[in-house]
Amino acid sequence: MFGYEFYVDPSRCIGCRSCLQACEECETHRGKSMINFDFIERRESIRSAAYVCWHCDEPTCAQVCPADAIKKGEDGIVHSSLKPRCIACNNCVLACPFGIPKMMIPEQQMMKCDMCYDRTSIGKRPMCATVCPSQALAYVKPEQIALRREKPTNTFFFGNQKITTKVYMMAPAQCEAITLDVVDYMWEDSDELVATRE
Amino acid sequence: MAKAPLSEELLKEQFGPHLNYVPPGGWKNESVHPAEKLVKTHCCFCGQQCGIQLKVRENKIIGFEPWEEFPFNRGMLCPKGVKRYMQGGHPDRLLHPLMRAESGFRPATWDEALDVTARRLREIQDKYGKDAVAVYGGASLSTEKSYLLGKFARVALGTRHIDYNGRLCMVSAGTAYKLAFGVDRSTIPWSDIPKAEVLFVIGANVGDCAPITTDYIWRGRDNGARLIVADPRMTPITRNADLYLPLRPGTDLVLLMSILHVILREGLQDRTFIDRYTTGFNAVAESVRAYDPQTAAEQTGVPPESIERAARWIGKSRKVVFLHARGLEHQSKGVENCLAVINIALATGNLGHEGSGPTMITGQGNGQGGREHGQKCDQLPGQRSLTDPAAREHVAKVWGIRPEDLPQPGYSAEEIMEAIHWGEIKALLSLCFNPLVSLPDANFTREALSRLEFFGIVDFFLSETAHHADVVLAGSLQEEEDGIGCSAEGRVIHWQKSVDPPGDARCDSAIIVDLAHRLGKAAFFPFGNPADILEELREASRGGVADYYGITYQKIDEMKGVFWPCPTPEHPGTPRLFEDMKFYTNDQKAHFQVTQWRPSGDPLDDQYPIYLTTGRVVSQYLSGTQTRRIGALVDQYPEPRAEIHPRLAQQHGIADGDWVTVQSRRDRVTLRSMVVKTIRPDTVFIPYHWPGIRSANRLTHRTLDPRSKIPEFKVSACNIAKASGPDTEPDDRNAEHSDGKGGA
Repeated sequence: MFGYEFYVDPSRCIGCRSCLQACEECETHRGKSMINFDFIERRESIRSAAYVCWHCDEPTCAQVCPADAIKKGEDGIVHSSLKPRCIACNNCVLACPFGIPKMMIPEQQMMKCDMCYDRTSIGKRPMCATVCPSQALAYVKPEQIALRREKPTNTFFFGNQKITTKVYMMAPAQCEAITLDVVDYMWEDSDELVATRE
Repeated sequence: MAKAPLSEELLKEQFGPHLNYVPPGGWKNESVHPAEKLVKTHCCFCGQQCGIQLKVRENKIIGFEPWEEFPFNRGMLCPKGVKRYMQGGHPDRLLHPLMRAESGFRPATWDEALDVTARRLREIQDKYGKDAVAVYGGASLSTEKSYLLGKFARVALGTRHIDYNGRLCMVSAGTAYKLAFGVDRSTIPWSDIPKAEVLFVIGANVGDCAPITTDYIWRGRDNGARLIVADPRMTPITRNADLYLPLRPGTDLVLLMSILHVILREGLQDRTFIDRYTTGFNAVAESVRAYDPQTAAEQTGVPPESIERAARWIGKSRKVVFLHARGLEHQSKGVENCLAVINIALATGNLGHEGSGPTMITGQGNGQGGREHGQKCDQLPGQRSLTDPAAREHVAKVWGIRPEDLPQPGYSAEEIMEAIHWGEIKALLSLCFNPLVSLPDANFTREALSRLEFFGIVDFFLSETAHHADVVLAGSLQEEEDGIGCSAEGRVIHWQKSVDPPGDARCDSAIIVDLAHRLGKAAFFPFGNPADILEELREASRGGVADYYGITYQKIDEMKGVFWPCPTPEHPGTPRLFEDMKFYTNDQKAHFQVTQWRPSGDPLDDQYPIYLTTGRVVSQYLSGTQTRRIGALVDQYPEPRAEIHPRLAQQHGIADGDWVTVQSRRDRVTLRSMVVKTIRPDTVFIPYHWPGIRSANRLTHRTLDPRSKIPEFKVSACNIAKASGPDTEPDDRNAEHSDGKGGA
């Protein structure tokens, strides 16, 4: 759908799993859910997170595929592996920094979120983002997301790997990129810090 | 004797619950055999009443499509809404009437089943009097069915005793709102929630029980609102609370009175509003004088600074929305709790304008509409009082009877079960109610059911309660009959008929009308379809508080819902109440009500030193008659678990997933533990959707709020112990259950 983008905001998630249930209703893969969902640590907290494929600009899953079975479309959507090519080797499952691809053992094929391209191409929003009761998954126009307290970013750092994506993550307003390493937030140079200690 | 005719196990084998995972026609079939039509209607479950489009093919519902144009949910659905379509073609569905046989149930024809039902009801009334027969209704019924059932009880049977499972839902709030405002409805439409500056959520697990409301709250936060959450558990919306008040179960009233104490102490009240639009302020001000935050902290366990902060945020804003639900209401002082919320709203002038006002989050599908038009034991259509002579005259005229022939108010739902137990009520006709799972003290309920001389039930699946029936009349699902409902925000909506009932099952309303005819009252029940019933209902409600006279199916479809009151066909409906600052009371003012603290009906002591509280999970609904049959929902939360804090768990040597026995003064249940830091260490939580040996309601007690007659589900006393495995004793192990009421 022209002008619409996909936004993921785990801070809004209430753990209801409506997205999981609805994804399984999508016509191209009915009966199978492509949503990734976690309770962060249920013993400690009620926090949960539901997310879809981030649809990387340079998808790691496709880069590591030895059978050249994973394709990105012109619309930026990274698709499930091509059935005739896929050798079910699990490379993509292991390499994806977000943990998205799912190996379907009976089908011997990797399947993943395709952002409901079948729906968006006929003017319907993706199923998960349509039903999500807390709009932790949202498919809306940028001006609508601008009304939120959190702001979108689509740049992630995993170690030295910088990834930019089609799907946006909602982050605190001043946060320009998502990074998981404490040193990225430190004032000191971490190499110097370690060196001084020695 | 209406004991179950076969063991629970054998009945389960025959009638379920079995798990249905696959839509009619299978997962793959849709591309080859697409839907013939999309029907715009609503979810059959909770009071949010989300709009949904059902896909229909060959008289079966094969899937759904979000309905993004419906303004309340704009396509959003919780998992129950997504999977609700899995019931129509379910293998457990009752396709014809059943009669009790030597062993189990046998199929029967409609003539036989209806004749026997009518004859037995008549015989029992002839022998013991008209009030020996009681009728149970339910808040999942359309408003037409609710209205019809009320008229059926009072005109066809002439009994005083009709009540419904909404008695277990929001009646405490209903009573409180009527006392204070003269009307039982949310004061605001949900569109006011994102416009508030402060959102105060107390006793409402919004994320699990009213999931779509989460989006309204989050949008409020986007607009800068502060979120205060008061609950003994950190429920999902607590993750973004600006202030969390972890109160002890049953101490809500103290917390609320203390908040008002601080507001008045600091002079934050709205004096103009109080003087102009309210009565009774001084007495309430006096009543909260003793509740300083220090005293309140000792009783509630909430830090005094947090109480002060909440009071200041609320007191300094004229845009506060108060959201409360069963946590407040399911207490023996449920009405007082709701009144205490209203007192704060009135003292701060938070009413009648945008982004401001108290609301009960009604929980059941037609919890609002189902309580307005006559299946409540003390009410006539239009939210009229059954004891008001003018109301009796109006309704009697519409019904074509004499006012003196209208019975007086009867017993409420739990009181009916007690009267069955002590022998005053001998026969029961039940539609849309599963009391064996949903009423407190389940062993008592089972024993009462076994004492009935006749028990007739209308149901689409054989519920656990239906195991005790003499006749089971195969009824209809929500989508099998046209009708209206009313959502939590007071919006009257249209449930479109999507399919016909399968097999020989019939529409509920046709069954009730047929029974009325067999009871010799055909002249009073000339209804051929729900539209006929709505026509009479509009007239019966006309001039009442809940005035539906201006509401038709067509108007609802055009406006995507109409908020009542709507007294004329030209009237646009009333989304926000009291905008003219006129209330529905005799003096048109809002009435402050003094509240007084009382202990719970099942207090803690040395033997039972832990609080037990019960509630819902997001993937199940009420007694589970429907949702325990939907595989995907069952997989999401397969069995009830006892939520306990790691500190309490450690004290008893319990690890996460261990079996734990929870014992109350009534009974015990053994469940797997769920060890989480999101619950107070002095409290155990168990969801109540399951029957038998896993039923939380084996533990709860029958103390009722004296005014609303709601049971105190949210506060019981218990103890816990590690167990070696699940309970293996038969379900009815307490056949000789004592008559003594548990508790104080």
